[in-house]
Amino acid sequence: MEAIVFFVSAAIILAGGLGVIVLRNPVHAALSLVATLFGVAVLFIDMEAYFLAAVQVIVYAGAIVVLFLFVIMLVGVDKAEDIYAEPIIKQRQFAALAAAGMLILVALVGVAFAGDVTGQPSNEDMTISRAIENPDGTTTPAETSNINQLAEALFTDYVFAFEITALLLTIAVVGAVVLARRPKGDLQPLPDVEPSWALRKPRAVTPTEATDPSAGDDADQDPDETTVDQAATDGAETDEAKA
Amino acid sequence: MPAIFSLDPLFLGDAGNLEILAIVLAKVVIAFAGLMVSVMLMVWWERKFISDLQNRIGPNRAGPFGILQTLADGIKLFFKEDLIPDQSDRFVFKLAPYLSLVPAFLVFAVVPIGGDFSNGGDGLISVFGNDTYVQLADPHIGILFVLAMSSIAVYGIMLAGWSSGSKYPLLGSVRASAQMVSYEAALGLALVAVLLKTGSLSTTTIVREQAGEGPEFLGLFPMPDWNVIVLGVVPFIIFFIATTAELNRPPFDLVEAEQEIVGGFHTEYSSIRFALFFLAEFMNVVTMSAVMVTLFFGGPAGPDLGVLPAALWGFVWFFAKLFVFLCLFIGLRGTLPRLRYDQLMDLGWKLLIPLALGWVLFLATLDVFSDRGWTSGGERLVVTGVFLAAMLVFAGLLMVAISNGKKARERDGEEVFG
Repeated sequence: MEAIVFFVSAAIILAGGLGVIVLRNPVHAALSLVATLFGVAVLFIDMEAYFLAAVQVIVYAGAIVVLFLFVIMLVGVDKAEDIYAEPIIKQRQFAALAAAGMLILVALVGVAFAGDVTGQPSNEDMTISRAIENPDGTTTPAETSNINQLAEALFTDYVFAFEITALLLTIAVVGAVVLARRPKGDLQPLPDVEPSWALRKPRAVTPTEATDPSAGDDADQDPDETTVDQAATDGAETDEAKA
Repeated sequence: MPAIFSLDPLFLGDAGNLEILAIVLAKVVIAFAGLMVSVMLMVWWERKFISDLQNRIGPNRAGPFGILQTLADGIKLFFKEDLIPDQSDRFVFKLAPYLSLVPAFLVFAVVPIGGDFSNGGDGLISVFGNDTYVQLADPHIGILFVLAMSSIAVYGIMLAGWSSGSKYPLLGSVRASAQMVSYEAALGLALVAVLLKTGSLSTTTIVREQAGEGPEFLGLFPMPDWNVIVLGVVPFIIFFIATTAELNRPPFDLVEAEQEIVGGFHTEYSSIRFALFFLAEFMNVVTMSAVMVTLFFGGPAGPDLGVLPAALWGFVWFFAKLFVFLCLFIGLRGTLPRLRYDQLMDLGWKLLIPLALGWVLFLATLDVFSDRGWTSGGERLVVTGVFLAAMLVFAGLLMVAISNGKKARERDGEEVFG
């Protein structure tokens, strides 16, 4: 049973992962990523890590990829042709080289530690709770789920790391807000400095951006300075004005 | 049969695989059919009830009291022309309605809709000698499954708006996804209050904890042990408002504000694909009402009043409570004007989330103090007083910060509402 679930979800994960790099349209690629994340969630359930499965779906599929899509849609790169821009020259060849290198590395590690690549299983009572098998063949469901054990570990042994992570995230949020704030007064255009590594300059305005009405609304502003929600409200306001 | 599926004793007993399969299939059919019928009745009842509020008659042609109107509308939508816009992304355009329908169905799977919880009952019923819960599944993650599905439901709306390849649907879907992601936080925090008290994610356990008698009302008669009372009313109110926003129901239906953005994300949809969105929307209202009944109002738990067999009273109580919530949603739609978008965001981020967080801290404090044995009335009063003072200080600071931000934006020449 577990083997069947594993193979099905592994197939979904691989297909999704391939889709992320093969599909031309960024939105389709993001959807493939969702399929991959779902496959991983199913694998977690297969390994009785129920809480991780739920978190996987809620956080990754439900929030992070939604934000990806948000950015893709609002920045207006949601058409297949934009993917041909190559900001770093020969980046495809380099990517292929790096991927081959990684594969060889993984294979080497696999040969060196054959049968033990995933590391030692952690302490038995810290991992997963199993149903207790009674002498007469029936089973009693595990009383405490692994959620309780996870919570206990997080809030006792690892509470310091946990709180520090929370602080880091808060700092990241504050940083994002500071970066996204519009400076006072009229907007200044960004300095037009050519990065040294950009030998081939990407097109300044793609055809889709020129025809995309939502991008056109912000044409008077610098697109780099417009935050996500500002763009949304700007669009709504101009619509009301037109109506 | 491994226990990875759920906590249901059905999978742990000595029932054969075929027997389990038959019972689970029967449950699937009952849950599916029950949900479909209740959605059908809900659409009809919403139109009838809102007509009553607006002093008109409403549907009255198809069947007695127009009760078959939904069926007639469904048949009509089936036979309409199915348009796919030229500018659309065809694959995603076709996929989106299913992405919003499927989560709506799945949420209902974890809601206990019946069972005998009276007199210390554990909610099990016996089907051909096999004990089982009256819900499709009781997974280990329980109520987190509801959160997961409601976060997946964003995809249907978001992709529908994007794939239409037109302006108003895109605006509608951007509004929708921002709204749903924002209110998910308040929803989750209100849920934490319930989980703090229950100590389990399982929906059956949450219902079982609410069965029986709770605190006395002014020392006169015992109230039910419902979470809405035990936790103070605040988490329920936060959960209710957040749910309304999550469902895009009035007064939070900016997603399809027809004066501004035509029909919102489903402007370009027609025929059966539109019907699927419509179905998903109403199904979500029913399932989220059911979740609220489960979390805060004891689900199918209620006294056994005789006449009917005890196992049936669970259904009666559950559907009675569900009906009250459905009427509440319709009443909101009939009475409240739509919010402005900045008001919506202000309500979510500046009021509901801090309040939910503060209330969870309060409940946790009370929990810690009762762990230490400080449970007498005086001690509780002191804890509550100190806590309220601290919270008032924080609330004051928050208000000052918000009004300072508004003033700063006004000074910069920005248009500031509210």
